[in-house]
Amino acid sequence: MKILLMGNPNVGKSVIFSRLTGVHVVASNYPGTTVEFTKGTLKFEGEKVELIDVPGTYSLEPICEAEQVATEMVKDGDLIINVLDVTNLERNLYLTFQLLALNKPMVIALNMWDDAKHRGINIDLERLEKLLGIPVIPTVAVTGEGIKDLFTRLKEAKAPSCPAYAKDERWLRIGEIIDKVQCVTHRHHTLMERFEDASIQPLFGILLFLATLTISFQIIRFIGEGLIGYVFNPFFENIYAPLMMKLSAALGSGGFFHDILVGKLVNGSIDFGQSFGLITTGFYVPLAMVLPYVFSFYLVLGFLEDAGYLPRLAVLIDNVMHKLGLHGAAIIPMVLGLGCNVPGALSTRILESKREKFIAATIMAIGVPCMAQTAMIIGLVGSYGASYLAIVFGTLFIVWFGLGFILNKIIKGESPEIFIEIPHYRIPNAGALAKKLWMRLVGFLLEAIPFVLLGVLLVNILYTIGFVELVSEITAPIVTVLWGLPESAISALMVGFLRKDVAVGMLRPLNLVAKQAVIGSTVLAVYFPCMATFAVLIKELGIKDTFKSAVIMMATALFIGTFLNLIL
Amino acid sequence: MISLVDLEINQTGTVVKVGGGAGLMHRLEILGIREGKKITKLSSMIMRGPIVVKVNGCQVAVGRGMAKRIMVEVD
Repeated sequence: MKILLMGNPNVGKSVIFSRLTGVHVVASNYPGTTVEFTKGTLKFEGEKVELIDVPGTYSLEPICEAEQVATEMVKDGDLIINVLDVTNLERNLYLTFQLLALNKPMVIALNMWDDAKHRGINIDLERLEKLLGIPVIPTVAVTGEGIKDLFTRLKEAKAPSCPAYAKDERWLRIGEIIDKVQCVTHRHHTLMERFEDASIQPLFGILLFLATLTISFQIIRFIGEGLIGYVFNPFFENIYAPLMMKLSAALGSGGFFHDILVGKLVNGSIDFGQSFGLITTGFYVPLAMVLPYVFSFYLVLGFLEDAGYLPRLAVLIDNVMHKLGLHGAAIIPMVLGLGCNVPGALSTRILESKREKFIAATIMAIGVPCMAQTAMIIGLVGSYGASYLAIVFGTLFIVWFGLGFILNKIIKGESPEIFIEIPHYRIPNAGALAKKLWMRLVGFLLEAIPFVLLGVLLVNILYTIGFVELVSEITAPIVTVLWGLPESAISALMVGFLRKDVAVGMLRPLNLVAKQAVIGSTVLAVYFPCMATFAVLIKELGIKDTFKSAVIMMATALFIGTFLNLIL
Repeated sequence: MISLVDLEINQTGTVVKVGGGAGLMHRLEILGIREGKKITKLSSMIMRGPIVVKVNGCQVAVGRGMAKRIMVEVD
């Protein structure tokens, strides 16, 4: 048996899903957080049934890929939990009537019940139940209120015979129902509502954006640096290093296994940045260099997501994105890409056309470095001075914008206009925020550590069998002549196909001059996506478009590396 | 009858006509922009950016091209 959670975007389906199944999924305050379905199980009348968190849709006539997924899934459902945002009943009921016409057993979760009270919206629940002919349960998913009721009343789900109304008639019916069950008491604007109205005014909007950007950046830096300087580095230096030294001595301070496991000793001791052993650098890179920044980034992002800031950013930045053939909502994949390119690429599904998806995914994979990579670039290039960091990130930004601009000119087709619902601001719930952060960190570690270890292992093996030298000889003209990098940088470029953070880390022991560090980091960011992102791109764009995208990436890297080498 | 673009900020009007293709009209309709609905213009982003309106107590951002095709009668 399959139970579907369905409803408009951003009504809280994912939160209800987590509450019912205990399976945690990322939930935020903007339409289109869920673009793929998630499955979980729950016990219903003594048997194990499947609960599916379906992407949000406004109707059963899809307008984007995420909605397409929803429309196709509805056929397989045996029971539907229709989640409604009680503060906007009219719009939500449109989908409800379409679902009712399918004649499947259904219940309604009237979510954001607390919000309705604050907004002076009163709903006559009994009357609504009678009019619709199915159970209606008020819920506040974020706090868990009403979830138990929802669960116990699932067995009362009914399939009332509801005709498939024509559109106008449907609106008429909805209007009648709302007149009968809803009563809105007028009250003064709250401070939050004033803030909501101010955020979309041009001047205040821009000031708010600049403030948000500055504060976010400072918090990310402060927490990231703090964790590295006061927690992770002391741990690795004072506790882990002596342990590794003992192991090194036990293994005879050298030899094949020693070098793979502990790495090469630098001046007789372990240097976590340079030794490149599996359990030295292999742990140090993801845990001590990357994790602190991933933590602080997702902390800030989670807050902005749950507060409902991203759609407002989309409106503010819309005309800039139009220059790239996209519209404002395309900023969401970019912001997510700053954390990790994988969810960034997935969220291009909220865009309407194939052309938009291609442009967005391509410029994101090229010009938006993920947090793991950013952290490593800060560690490497930052040691030469902040101005060099500015060159790397400035170049990436110019590449991002310039490439989008060019693609918009050469790819035929128009860019659709923005059309987005702006959710109410909400004060993020601390528990929900912590849960989301935890999920993302676990996700990062589960993906990063195996790949980092594999990368480190691969480097060692490729060196031993002489593969690196072979590739070096072939690619030397590009790497050394055009880009001005030492031949030894080639192994880093090879590992970059696997994972970018380790690859940047591999530039470290090469004693590069500032210019080379800048070129190396920039080329690594641009030339190809990491393996995980590449796999998602194939899934999302198809093989042909991914191939085109990859050609663009390599050409860009060739050009930008040479250009930087000439002007720096 | 004027378009949403020409409506003053903070002015409220009633939608009298929505032009454009069936797909576009359908999308607008579901978010509450259809004939007979009351709509208040909240802001207009600089440099021909989107227009934000309030309808059914919710904010909706609409691109300028779409906004041109939404005709309202000022109350």
